[in-house]
Amino acid sequence: MAISRRHILGLAGALSIGALVAGLPGTAAAWEPTKPIDFIIMAGKGGGADKMARLMQAIVESEKMASKPLVPVNKSGGSGAEALIAAKGANDPDHTIMVTLNSFFTTPLRQPKLGIDIMTFAPVGRMAEDTFLLWVHKDSGIKTFEEFLAKAKADGNKWVMGGTGKAQEDELLTEFLNNNFGLSIKYVPYKGGGTVAKQLAGKHINSSVNNPSEALGFYESGDVVPLVSFTAERLPLFPDVPTLKEKGKDFSYGMQRAVVGAPGMSADAEKYFQDLFAKVYNSAKWQKYRKDKSLFGDLMAGDALKAYWQEQRERHRKMLTEMGAIK
Amino acid sequence: MRRAEIITAGLMALLSIYLMYKSTELDIGYIKGEGPGGGFWPFWLAAGMLLSCVWIAINWVLKKSPPSQSDEKYLDSYGLRMLLLVGGGVTGFIALCHILGFYGAILVFLIYYIRFLGRHGWPATLAISITTPIVTFLFFDIAMRIVLPKGYLEPLFLPLYDFFF
Amino acid sequence: MEILGLLLDGVFIALDPLNIMLMLIGVALGLFIGAMPGLGSVNGVAILLPATFLVPPASAMIFLAAIYYGAMYGGAISSITLGIPGASTAVATTFDGRPLALKGRADLALVTAAVASFVGGSVANVLFTAFAPPLASVALDFGDPEIFALMLLAFATFVGLGGDDIPKTLFSIFFGLVMASVGLDIMTGEPRLIFGDITGFMHGINFLVLAIGIYGIGEMLWTIDSTRGNLTMTEAVLSIRRILSACRESIKGWKGTAIGSFLGFFVGILPAAGATPGSLMAYGVTKMVSKNPKEFGKGHVGGVAAPEAANNSASTGAMLPMLTLGIPGSPTTAILLGGMVIWGLQPGPLLFQTQTEFVWGLIGSFYISNLFALIVNLAFIPLFIWMLRMPFTVLAPMIFVLSVVGGYAATQDMHDVWLMLIFGVGAYLLRKLDYPVAPAVLAIVLGPIAEPKLRQSLLFSSGDPMIFLERPISGPITIIAIILILLPLFKLIRDKFKARKAAAG
Repeated sequence: MAISRRHILGLAGALSIGALVAGLPGTAAAWEPTKPIDFIIMAGKGGGADKMARLMQAIVESEKMASKPLVPVNKSGGSGAEALIAAKGANDPDHTIMVTLNSFFTTPLRQPKLGIDIMTFAPVGRMAEDTFLLWVHKDSGIKTFEEFLAKAKADGNKWVMGGTGKAQEDELLTEFLNNNFGLSIKYVPYKGGGTVAKQLAGKHINSSVNNPSEALGFYESGDVVPLVSFTAERLPLFPDVPTLKEKGKDFSYGMQRAVVGAPGMSADAEKYFQDLFAKVYNSAKWQKYRKDKSLFGDLMAGDALKAYWQEQRERHRKMLTEMGAIK
Repeated sequence: MRRAEIITAGLMALLSIYLMYKSTELDIGYIKGEGPGGGFWPFWLAAGMLLSCVWIAINWVLKKSPPSQSDEKYLDSYGLRMLLLVGGGVTGFIALCHILGFYGAILVFLIYYIRFLGRHGWPATLAISITTPIVTFLFFDIAMRIVLPKGYLEPLFLPLYDFFF
Repeated sequence: MEILGLLLDGVFIALDPLNIMLMLIGVALGLFIGAMPGLGSVNGVAILLPATFLVPPASAMIFLAAIYYGAMYGGAISSITLGIPGASTAVATTFDGRPLALKGRADLALVTAAVASFVGGSVANVLFTAFAPPLASVALDFGDPEIFALMLLAFATFVGLGGDDIPKTLFSIFFGLVMASVGLDIMTGEPRLIFGDITGFMHGINFLVLAIGIYGIGEMLWTIDSTRGNLTMTEAVLSIRRILSACRESIKGWKGTAIGSFLGFFVGILPAAGATPGSLMAYGVTKMVSKNPKEFGKGHVGGVAAPEAANNSASTGAMLPMLTLGIPGSPTTAILLGGMVIWGLQPGPLLFQTQTEFVWGLIGSFYISNLFALIVNLAFIPLFIWMLRMPFTVLAPMIFVLSVVGGYAATQDMHDVWLMLIFGVGAYLLRKLDYPVAPAVLAIVLGPIAEPKLRQSLLFSSGDPMIFLERPISGPITIIAIILILLPLFKLIRDKFKARKAAAG
């Protein structure tokens, strides 16, 4: 259906404006977008992924990297299911790209009915990997991970961890702590990371596993304290915070911030967007943002990115199975 | 009116029951130690809808609400004609959006309404019907960057994009 | 005194020619975006954010804040002239603004809205300047139970809204609340009420889809039917003298303005609440304390003044936790927050110390933008009145076009446009039988805040509902809300009792 319609469009386009386009120089060379590009954001307005997507759009726009604008559309429904379906059914995949998070892996696993195979998406570029830390309020008096373990163990399920969403990153990390350190922390889901940070600062919850960008404000004011990071190495922004590996568990977990193309995107268009986002990645503004927000992960595109997806998908399958969220 | 009142209450009761049924896909109970399940809120509120319908029906039997006493027709011939011409027109307009895109559909709908329902002259009709899509395009597509669907007219817009961006 | 000095510095920063120009453009743009059904301050700010990277951060922020301000003024315009709320913040403005317009007093309603907005904004600015840091910590004390209690209070102030037919009012509220729960259940992460497995339901039902359906399409069908198509809209004649006399008359709404200004600000600073509940509560409270509550809904000046004062005041209030704590109080401030991060500013408790110039320049600009918004708004009133004088057979199709385009723009999904049509026709058919529709709109706005807060609270207390009564802030709010909900029932019983006594005696 979509293909036949695209053909008709193409034909009509060629007939009606063929003369116009043929007159312009250089159009036969590399692929260029001919109309505004749908830039689907797999999360709601105002959240971490949304901020990052709008930053990318702003960089493309202010440095005039593309001839047509990126038009951001938030599709947060169904933990990203809505965005995945919209991208899959896009009637012009060459002009449809999407910003993804880890729900790119977990949602198709949890909702197999959607019929989404993430390997059919075009690997445009992984722009960064966001990091996670364990935070508590300073008034709790807890200064180290060991003290946290002792206190959380003593409190049992009175100890509350707040996090974003259900069966997503934050709960996976909570589940990991529960299973590996003999805790029974209670997990309360919230809509976004900003809300979680505020809940912790207001002492309504006992701990959180926010990204640095979400907790930074309260960290700088001294309200919240990071205890341990879920990364392979210590974060440059928090040199005194040990990693979980130093605490005896070889475990690291990151959040992908990647741009993907809709399934069915042509190779030429894929190349175009890979180049475009490589430019964004190398821009001074993006690099500054990476540094300020303590992001990890270098640019990754093409087959390397696909291999990374494969690995992440299997990893999440395992974690979700252990948690009992999928069979 | 009187008949319409009870028929509507009945239909709304059916809607409530459907919503209650649909809510049972998730847990509608009060989970011990956790509070309400995922279906609790919609299920019990839909139950509230159902109770309201029963109450409306009781008022109907007792002839307490104004519509249950009225002998006026619910939809007279004017109302019905209006609903078909105007409501149908809007429905056609939205359907056309899928085919001609928003801008083509706006043009057709405005001509239909202003010329054939409003009986205004052709000059006024065309002036309004042609200006509106152009202003809308400039405001939404160009200024606000909200790209409205173009349907099969998309190729006509490609040169415009080249011009504006 | 130190604050006054800082404020003066701020005003000077705001008076920079570039900033003045940006403010003027900002409020004018905001006014039009706000007046467009389907688009509100969120859209305006989100869309124009990338355009601001050409100017320094302080100017960019001033520009966006001006749009925010302008949109708050603008929301009232479509509420009054078209009867469609331009944004959720202006829902309450339709209740009395629309009847005034139908009576030919659109000018009075528009002027009242503008003046009340100005007063609301000014009061909020003074409160903001004086109390920013201490108030910020109040916002932090509001946890889940407190916010749920607040939502309950918002409903309570609205019990009397629906009209005389109690079961139909209840039906409308329940329907709105059920529709609000469509989409994703965030507590279990499961999809919920996805009718017929249509993916369009996954993002839930946006309040605007219901509101534009009801107030755009439904209202038009209703008007055409009830007037038999012979409607000449309003006989509003416009002159300077009329505007001046309208200014004088709008003072009658002072009580509403005062209530809206203060209530709006305090609700605005609470996270997750924002301007919409603020304006609805202001309307409800004003009606409650009024000597003739019966006049509300039929074109009472106070009913226009209260929500308009409140939404402007709340929008300033919502900036407070954003700047001082880095917590957005509304979707719009969430986007502004994103912008600040892009400019390299870290909102949070330290901002007032590290970025004095930015913060006070912005605060200074609030005062000036507010004044500009008032002037620009008053200047455009003749244009809006002129629009109303178009023949109805031209105005009606234009409103249909605006509704359809606005319904699409809100979520950019055709599914929602169809849904809007269904709601519109349904609302028209139900309205013929005296079903009130406003409570459903209120419910779909507040439902998505109320439900998760209820369940998060209960998860905390392991299912014990006493959590709402035990806590020092939520306890009193909950009790007040319950009393307000029960009050009409008591009245009913008392009246019955009296009537029986009278009959017996």
